[in-house]
Amino acid sequence: MVSSTGRAFAESRPSLPARAASWIWHNLFGTLLNTALTLLAGLLVYRIVASGLDWLVFRATVAPAEIRTCIDNGGACWAFLQDKWRLILFGMFPYDEQWRAALALAVFGGLVITSCVPAAWATAERRRWMTALWIVGAGILGVLMLGGLGLRQVEIRLWSGLPLTVMLASVGMFLAFFLALGLALGRRSRLPVIRWICVVYIELIRGVPLISLLFMANFLLPIVMPAGMTVPNLLRAQVAFVLFFAAYMAETIRGGLQAIPEGQYRAAKALGLGYWHSMAYVILPQALRTVIPSLVNIFIGGFKDTSLVVVISMLDLLGTANSAKADTRWLGLFMEAYFFIAMIYLAVCASMSWYSRWLERRLAAGERR
Amino acid sequence: MTGPNAVTFRKVNKWYGRLHVLKDIDLTVAEGERLVLCGPSGSGKSTLVYCVNGLEEYQSGDVVVHGVRVSEDDGTADEVRPSIGMVFQQFNLFPHMTVLDNCTLAPTKVLGAARSEARDVALAALERVHIADQAEKFPSQLSGGQQQRAAIARALAMKPRLILFDEPTSALDPEMVKEVLDTMVGLADDGITMICVTHEMGFAKRVADRIVMMERGEIVADAPPSRFFDRDQGNSRVKAFLDQIL
Repeated sequence: MVSSTGRAFAESRPSLPARAASWIWHNLFGTLLNTALTLLAGLLVYRIVASGLDWLVFRATVAPAEIRTCIDNGGACWAFLQDKWRLILFGMFPYDEQWRAALALAVFGGLVITSCVPAAWATAERRRWMTALWIVGAGILGVLMLGGLGLRQVEIRLWSGLPLTVMLASVGMFLAFFLALGLALGRRSRLPVIRWICVVYIELIRGVPLISLLFMANFLLPIVMPAGMTVPNLLRAQVAFVLFFAAYMAETIRGGLQAIPEGQYRAAKALGLGYWHSMAYVILPQALRTVIPSLVNIFIGGFKDTSLVVVISMLDLLGTANSAKADTRWLGLFMEAYFFIAMIYLAVCASMSWYSRWLERRLAAGERR
Repeated sequence: MTGPNAVTFRKVNKWYGRLHVLKDIDLTVAEGERLVLCGPSGSGKSTLVYCVNGLEEYQSGDVVVHGVRVSEDDGTADEVRPSIGMVFQQFNLFPHMTVLDNCTLAPTKVLGAARSEARDVALAALERVHIADQAEKFPSQLSGGQQQRAAIARALAMKPRLILFDEPTSALDPEMVKEVLDTMVGLADDGITMICVTHEMGFAKRVADRIVMMERGEIVADAPPSRFFDRDQGNSRVKAFLDQIL
């Protein structure tokens, strides 16, 4: 058993099955309490997985089928989803033009994934390329969603489902981030007026539920606006999101700014760097790095909170799922639709959270290595 | 020592709240002069140095650097800072940048130098402090002594007329003090104006043209090393201080 050298130890190392057995024995059945907990947890997992699979697979019904068969089988009615998935994904977007919305999502997804690769931003030249790519991409997205260049016009009020959710979230978070930067810096400004404006703004917005802000944007904005000027529904909701999340992000970013040691500010100042240069090259890169996890947390929450627009009768992903269950042919079914959109939300949020953890590890490695 | 004045303090007073930290300071540092500031902790020597490049404000009097009165309010502090290098006790390198980027940031952004030119100057500065081979590393990958030398190189890359040192060796492990002091001796030989807050009396003896000692916000001694370290001198405060640290 006891080897005198590492090599001898390596040679006498037990085989994989033996090691696995030993691990299982020590970690799962070491004591009486451990054994009991293991068995209990095992039973629980088994019950959940079994009934889950039962609903998802064994007793599920696929097309072609009618609601009666589904109810008789007792499992998930995938036939319902097979009938409604395009409605859920694209809502009121004209049926024959839905390939455009799908393509737009793919283009946007491609842009986002490309931008998530740090190497894409490594040099000044690549940054210029990326900016150009986004400008061209935005143009393509606009044409696909709105029409033009030979494509049929689509009214903005018909945008719904996943494209609407993605747009509300991404445009909202993007603009909110820059507003938040300004608010965070303003809150630490040496000028009292600017500081107070930012403090009052942040506290006001944070003291109000998002849902009431959406209502206000929807009903108050048209009243306040000059007569004859109409603001599209979408824009109102978008503005509400930007205003709301900017306040939260601003507080997060402020936390990051406060975590930067005074010496960094002093060193930047001593070198002759002005306020904006110090912020852009010295302070913010460090501050934002430390708050990546909290920012992603806000992104994830924000992505899901876009579903609140259903209260101002906009059909985002949740709204279209709701309208799918209103069909009399499938009356009474809704689990499948909610399961479907839940999976979409889960996939997006899990990717964001995975990416932020990866980015954190990478940035930490860059500094230590 | 007869050149024009690099730095002039005239009746400078500073308070932190009710604490009077600089009391009627009068001091001139000539162009090319190497001045060592010493004194017990809390005597105001670091504050004095911070007033030179406007990192600290003062309430009355004048601090004039290269003919410009330094004041944050008039924006003149911004004017003089690029010509004043500063080395801190805690290095204060930018941890998210390589050593080389630390040294090229200010030259490109403040002086408007081209990247390639700034790179050459930075590499020359790193060469001068003997860590050119560490240029692509991040500060956290260097030893304390190497970090402080990188910080000196960062100051040098701005081609300053004057360098301020605020206890540059106090945060270092003993075995690294020498490499930083040797670097500073090298700079002193090049004729750049230096104001150095330090307790390293060996260094002071070797390179200082003048040693100024402060106590409780006042200058209590101002003498060349030969006189400062003279055991038979009449200044009891200097004697007490030297007895304590030597």
